[in-house]
Amino acid sequence: MANPIKCSLCGKPATVHLTQIINNKIHKVDLCEECAKAKGVTDPAGFSLADLLIKGALNNGGTETEGGLVCPTCGFTQQDFKKVGRFGCPDCYKTFRPILLPMLGGMHKGPAHIGKVPRHALDRRSIYERLTKLEMELDLAIKTERYEDAARYRDEIRQIKQAAPGA
Amino acid sequence: MKFAKSNKQPQGRSADTEARIATLLDSSAGSGESILGTGPIVLMTRVRLARNLSRFPFTGWAKEAQRSDILAECTDAVRGLPQMKKATAFTMEELSDQEKQLLVERHLISRELSASKAGSGVVISRDCSCSIMVNEEDHLRMQVIKPGFQLKRVWKTMNAVDSALEEKLDYAFDTELGYLTACPTNLGTGLRASAMMHLPALVITGQMDKIVRALNQLGLVVRGLHGEGTDASGSIFQISNQTTLGETEEAIIERLHNVLTTIFRQEVNAREKLLEAEPVKLFDKIGRAYGLLQNARLLTSAEALNLLSLLRLGIDLGGFPEDRRVITNRLLILSQPAHIQRATDTEADPAQRDMLRAELLRQALADFPRPEFKHGAPPPESSN
Repeated sequence: MANPIKCSLCGKPATVHLTQIINNKIHKVDLCEECAKAKGVTDPAGFSLADLLIKGALNNGGTETEGGLVCPTCGFTQQDFKKVGRFGCPDCYKTFRPILLPMLGGMHKGPAHIGKVPRHALDRRSIYERLTKLEMELDLAIKTERYEDAARYRDEIRQIKQAAPGA
Repeated sequence: MKFAKSNKQPQGRSADTEARIATLLDSSAGSGESILGTGPIVLMTRVRLARNLSRFPFTGWAKEAQRSDILAECTDAVRGLPQMKKATAFTMEELSDQEKQLLVERHLISRELSASKAGSGVVISRDCSCSIMVNEEDHLRMQVIKPGFQLKRVWKTMNAVDSALEEKLDYAFDTELGYLTACPTNLGTGLRASAMMHLPALVITGQMDKIVRALNQLGLVVRGLHGEGTDASGSIFQISNQTTLGETEEAIIERLHNVLTTIFRQEVNAREKLLEAEPVKLFDKIGRAYGLLQNARLLTSAEALNLLSLLRLGIDLGGFPEDRRVITNRLLILSQPAHIQRATDTEADPAQRDMLRAELLRQALADFPRPEFKHGAPPPESSN
C-alpha cells in the first residue's frame, strides 16, 4: 500500500477501522493492532469510541504538544489529558476549555448544559463569594480608617451568617 | 467434591465484614428474583449519575490522603440520607477478590471499582436498589436499579437521592458545562440510563445487527450482559444513552423510553412471527436447552446464560409454568463464577467451576417440568 492509514493514537500503520455515528456525524478512528488491543476494542464492555475520539482529536491537533496547557490548580498537563483522556480536577475544565469545546460537538447532543442545576450548591457558592468580598471590603475599610463603612460591612456579614448558618 | 479454600484475608477487614456481605447477598431483596423482572423481555432498568466534589481533584489524579478524605466525606453524607437508612458500607480494601466479584455479578458495583486502588468504597441500600460508589472514576457514581421496565420511576428515585445529597455536598458544577466529570464524555447531566433486555427472537431472526446500527445512529449504545457481544451472551443486551450534554435529564429518559418501547414491540412481533413460521425450530431450541441443563456435566457461564435465557423464553411462550420464572432468574445470578465459588465454599478454577455449575443447575432444575407448548403440531410444510 502506497500510503497506509496511520493509527490515530501512535502513528503506526492502522489495521482496525472503527466508525460510529453520533448526532448524524460519522466519526472514524483508525488503530494499529497493538493500540486496538490496549484500548480493549475487542471487549465491548471496556470500550468507548468516544474515549478514543478524545485522544484522536488531541493527537491530530498536532502543534500544542510539548509545554502545552497546565492546570494551575492541580498541575494536570495537556500531555496528561492526551495520555488518559480524563481531567485532573474540576478547574481543568477552565484551563483546557479551548481544546475541549471543539471536541464536545462530536461527543454530545449539544455544547451546553440545559439539565438539572444543583441549586443549594450554587446558593452556597454565591453566599461564600459574597462573604469573601465583604470581608475584603471590611479589611480595606479598616485599613483606610473608614469606620462607618466598616461597621456597615460587619453588620452585613453578621446578617448573612445568621441567615445561612454554616456559611 | 471440595476444592482448595483460601485463607487469605484482605487488610483493613473488620470483624463483621463477612457477616455484612452475607446479609446483603442472602436477603430476599438482594437475590436474583427481585433484581430481575417478573415480566418478559425487560429484565431490569438502571439509572446512574456521576458527581464530583468541587474542592478535590478527580479520583484518578487525587493523592491517597485526598482519596481517603473524599471517601470519608461522601460516605458520611450518603449514610445520612433518609433513602439510605440501614444501608451497608464497604471499603474496597476490606473485601476479598471473591466478595468484590460477587458484588459485580449482582450489579452492585462496577468492575472498575472492584479493581480500584485504596480509598474506594460503596454504600448499598438495604433493599439493594440503590448503590453509591465512592472514588470510582468520579467521586460519586450513584445508581438506582429496579426489576422490569420502569425507567421513569427509576429516574425519579435517583433524582431524589441526588437532590438530597446535594444539600450536604458541594458538587463540581459549571453553568455552561453542567456537572463536571473526570471524563468529558459524561459531562453535563452525568446521566447514564439503561435497560437490560432479553431479545432472543430478534437474535434468532438475525435482526440484532440492524437494530444495533440504528441505535448507534440515535446516540444509544448496545452491550452484552457483562460485555460479551453476541448470541453467546444469552441474547441479553444492555441498551443505554451515549451522550450526556445538551439535553435535559427528562429528554434523555424520554428518548430512551421511546426507543426501548419500540424494541420491546419488535421483539414481541419477532416472537409472534417465529411462532407462526417456524414453531418447531423455536421449540426445539428450548427443548434442547432444557435437556442440556438437566443433563450436562460441564457448563461454562456463557453457555449456562445462553441456556437459561432459552428457558426464560420458554416461560414467556407458555411452555413452562409461570411460577418457574423466579428460579430461572435466580439461576441466572447464581450460575456466575463468584457465586459458584461462594455456593460451594471453594476457590474453584474455571474448569472446576464448569463442573460445579453443571451440578448446581442439574440439581436446581431436577423437578423442572418438561416443556409443553400449546401451539400444537406445526404445519406439515415446516416439519422437515
